[in-house]
Amino acid sequence: MKFSILVNEGPYTHQASDSAYRFTKAALDKGHEIFRVFFYHDGVNNGTRFTVPPQDDRNLQKLWSELSEKHNLDMVVCIAAAQRRGIMDENEAKRQGIDGNNIAPGFRISGLGQLIEAGIQADRLVSFGD
Amino acid sequence: MSEIKKFMYVNRRAPYGTIYALESLEVVLIGAAFEQDVSLAFFDDGVFQIAKNQDTKDVGMKNFSPTYKALGDYDVNKIYVEKESLEARGLTLDDLLDLKYEDEDEDWAEKDSIRVVSKKELADLMDEQDVIFSF
Repeated sequence: MKFSILVNEGPYTHQASDSAYRFTKAALDKGHEIFRVFFYHDGVNNGTRFTVPPQDDRNLQKLWSELSEKHNLDMVVCIAAAQRRGIMDENEAKRQGIDGNNIAPGFRISGLGQLIEAGIQADRLVSFGD
Repeated sequence: MSEIKKFMYVNRRAPYGTIYALESLEVVLIGAAFEQDVSLAFFDDGVFQIAKNQDTKDVGMKNFSPTYKALGDYDVNKIYVEKESLEARGLTLDDLLDLKYEDEDEDWAEKDSIRVVSKKELADLMDEQDVIFSF
């Protein structure tokens, strides 16, 4: 089956990103296709490489980035939500005149149209949030 | 992208206090360009999102409720409001924004977008959907 995943909460405060990660990994391990993982609302905070959780805890950003690299997973951070919350890639930082960027490997910043397309193209869109 | 799917946006939270209502509306407006079969559902505290006479001056936030009035122009004209949620909050249809659209199949006659439905009817509508966004 072809899935799209929507992550609506940031890491650590809520379990949503953990659950989404585990679902995505399990689906891939079972041979399903993931069309796209879309990060919205505070979910965009999963895509900053500047998080440094304690060493004895999981690092969600790294887990997502590794999963993306292993499976060539398309992980999209909503641009409007990202701008509100300070998630920047190089282009966006330049466009906004911000002196740095923090996007993590495997994540890309794009528009909400990517979420609608994910809903259209997948057999199932699975949301993780509150 | 010729396939048309049924998309429902489920709005359960108060308009202010969290950003979910505003960011949900942003998805609806972008999504309207994709020409899918779109509906919105408002229940629980979500019914307050389309309440009339919102005034946010004292909380220093933008009152985005006028934007709902533009939905008809985006061909988003199926707006379901749960009867039980209105009743539990002492609200009636008169307390809600007057949301209209022009029906192109009936010589652009102006019609109401809001339909008050029971919990059961709303459950049946949700059952028919291909994609549900719940914010």
